[in-house]
Amino acid sequence: MADGMIERLSYDVVILGAGGAGLRAAIEAARPGVKVAVLSKSLLGKAHTVMAEGGMAVSFGNVDAQDCWQTHFYDTMRGGKFLNHWRMAEIFAKEAPDRVVELEQWGAVFDRTPEGKISQRAFGAHSFRRLAHVGDRTGLELIRTLEYKGIHSGFDVFQEVTATHLFQDDAGRPTGVFAYHRQSGAFCVFEAKAVVIATGGWGRMYKVTSNSWESTGEGAALAMRAGAEMKDMEMVQFHPTGMVWPPGVRGLLVTEGVRGEGGILLNSEGERFMLRYDPEKKDLSSRDIVARSIYKEVQAGRGSPHGGAFLDITHRGADFIRRKLPNMYDQYLSLADIDITKQPFEVAPTIHYTMGGISVDPETAATNLEGLFAAGESACGLHGANRLGGNSLTDLLVFGRRAGIAARDYAAGRTKASAPSDSAVADAEARALAPLGKTGGESPYQLHRELQEVMGEHAAISRSRELGEAGLGKLEEIKERTKRLSAPGSRMYNPGWHATFELQAMVLLAEAILQGSLWREESRGAHWRLDFPDADDQGFGKLNSICRQDGTKITLSTQPVPEMPEELAALFSSGHMPVREGTDQGGHS
Amino acid sequence: MAEMKTLHVFRGDQSGGEEVAYEIPVEAGMVVLDAVHQIQATQAPDLAVRWNCKAARCGSCSAEVNGKPSLMCKTRVDAIEGEIHVRPMKAFPLIRDLVTDVSWNYEKAKQIEPFAPKEPAPFTMYQRDVERSQQFRKCIECFLCQDVCHVLREHSAKEQYFGPRFMIKIAELEMHPMDGADRLHFTSHQAGVGMCNITKCCQEVCPEHIHLTDDAIIPLKERVADREWDPIRALFHKTAAR
Repeated sequence: MADGMIERLSYDVVILGAGGAGLRAAIEAARPGVKVAVLSKSLLGKAHTVMAEGGMAVSFGNVDAQDCWQTHFYDTMRGGKFLNHWRMAEIFAKEAPDRVVELEQWGAVFDRTPEGKISQRAFGAHSFRRLAHVGDRTGLELIRTLEYKGIHSGFDVFQEVTATHLFQDDAGRPTGVFAYHRQSGAFCVFEAKAVVIATGGWGRMYKVTSNSWESTGEGAALAMRAGAEMKDMEMVQFHPTGMVWPPGVRGLLVTEGVRGEGGILLNSEGERFMLRYDPEKKDLSSRDIVARSIYKEVQAGRGSPHGGAFLDITHRGADFIRRKLPNMYDQYLSLADIDITKQPFEVAPTIHYTMGGISVDPETAATNLEGLFAAGESACGLHGANRLGGNSLTDLLVFGRRAGIAARDYAAGRTKASAPSDSAVADAEARALAPLGKTGGESPYQLHRELQEVMGEHAAISRSRELGEAGLGKLEEIKERTKRLSAPGSRMYNPGWHATFELQAMVLLAEAILQGSLWREESRGAHWRLDFPDADDQGFGKLNSICRQDGTKITLSTQPVPEMPEELAALFSSGHMPVREGTDQGGHS
Repeated sequence: MAEMKTLHVFRGDQSGGEEVAYEIPVEAGMVVLDAVHQIQATQAPDLAVRWNCKAARCGSCSAEVNGKPSLMCKTRVDAIEGEIHVRPMKAFPLIRDLVTDVSWNYEKAKQIEPFAPKEPAPFTMYQRDVERSQQFRKCIECFLCQDVCHVLREHSAKEQYFGPRFMIKIAELEMHPMDGADRLHFTSHQAGVGMCNITKCCQEVCPEHIHLTDDAIIPLKERVADREWDPIRALFHKTAAR
């Protein structure tokens, strides 16, 4: 753009993020007469969704006929240690089958049962074989299906465009976003009547993570700065099995599908230690428990050479492994020189998912700010204190769709949104440009590394008051230094400049995580306090944490976890797991 | 002291550029993308590179390493003897450094008729019947096959040929047991399957080991030939079309 001229485009609905949630929302929002734009930080089809491996949880009962939405709901609430919003879990479990069938209708090609139905595999803490899958590349199948459905759905996709600021009117309603084109460095204002945040999580604030470059939380931070309530930020999931060696791949995901297909965990003494920690679900216990068990084995001196455990699936045979887990086979062979069909391999916990996020209404995915919606990993409510594997992909479909409908309806009812003022645009521009072309300031790469060290030490798998307080102190220092960020070079495709936006987002969200983990004086799901090792069901267990930005400070308040209606509560008090009517009690083992 | 290695990385944009040498310490198991990140963090913060997953799932970090179209995240530094030269993909217009403008691919994608189910899902389909489609759906859209394809790379014939990526896209749809559309005329005329002269280079660079030529392009060529060159079939289709 020429000096001072910033392009303005006008839309009804602007969706930030082109992963599963964003694309599913866009497909739903785009109807004749409704102008929808999707802003994608990366190229289309590259979002972090692509890294999901094992499958999407859905209670078809194609393999285990006893499965039904009630069992899926039951597992999801128990897995989340009852910190979940029950209504979100209910909607989720009920709507999942329709959403997955819809994907098949749009061209997804799932693995099949011998009867020709969608096949389903076992996964951690799911009572039945429940995950619809395509080998170990289910996320790719989901995003490719939505991508090719999307390009014929009549919405505009802006690739490699990142939003840095949300414009609001006096009532706090969004009026648009300030964004920049990565390829040219040009700025653009997207005026909007409704905005959907679908930008994923923020796992990259940790060093050892399975998350892709995308997961730096700009969308969530943008919402938080605008006044959105952030719920249960302390809940950050460790996936039990990430790669450990060599150093360049540390944290890279090893799908739970390995254990779903029969893989077992062993310590350095060759003991199948999960039999001790969870004799019932064993290696397929919930992620929080398996991750903690590996951590405890390492602490007790029974870890593998590089500080993890061994995962062994050799007993399933080479043909089976290569067919059901082709990416895992390839990943270990090409990156670690290990043939997983012939030998056990090292794994260790890795940061995988942020259960906490923007607090949303279960029915509409609306945030506390009118006109602002959120779905997928950036939102919070479905997973509680621990997400079950396979529930994330279905989450994207169920709540992405709901966010799309609600945003479209909201935009239709809002006749005219006031356009962002020139002065507001100029402010956003000045902030975005501040670090550019400067030399001698703080390097965003260096600060990112330091942030990762702080989070890895102070807000990781084991936490305490002492650790948390020290972490906040260190974070304060990093925050101060972010005021002097510099990004030498031009505006054109400048990754150092881009890193300054990501870093500022992560620093903001990191503070909420640390505050939440200090406040919650109990152990629940992914949140493990060494100084409060037990769950406090009657106290903290009945509360969600809420973080808000208040001027330059972040304040934490609480709200009661919504209480389940009687008929749903009865599912947990009957003493046995709910199963489909007319089928026998009991799952597979 | 860690072993040091020199990486020659192309720096430049549409107005020109050249390879710049960077010395980096080598870590065990390091891939070329790690090395590029290392350079970014310590020597050249504005070095442009596109990447997302660093796990060979997303297909973003395509480049040419010592002349071979490769994913940087999957190319081990220790597997390369001697000097390492990293350059952007040649078949696409350069944006800056290692980043190219691949938008042409997304335009082609839009022109292919989407999946057209013959009946509403859920479908009854058997594993043996979906395996061909599944192979092509492994594609991570890294566009390395497009980069290596002589038709696109040497002859810039982007107007006449959609390239191997979209041949397998068409094949995936055509071989889907529940698809009811007919894309053969399109495959022959707009998408230009005839342009491929079966050198199989695309197959060799595919990081997903998809048999693009053997399992997609050759069968598509045969289907087109059957339709367009078999006189009886051609007559049948002409009458049926009326």
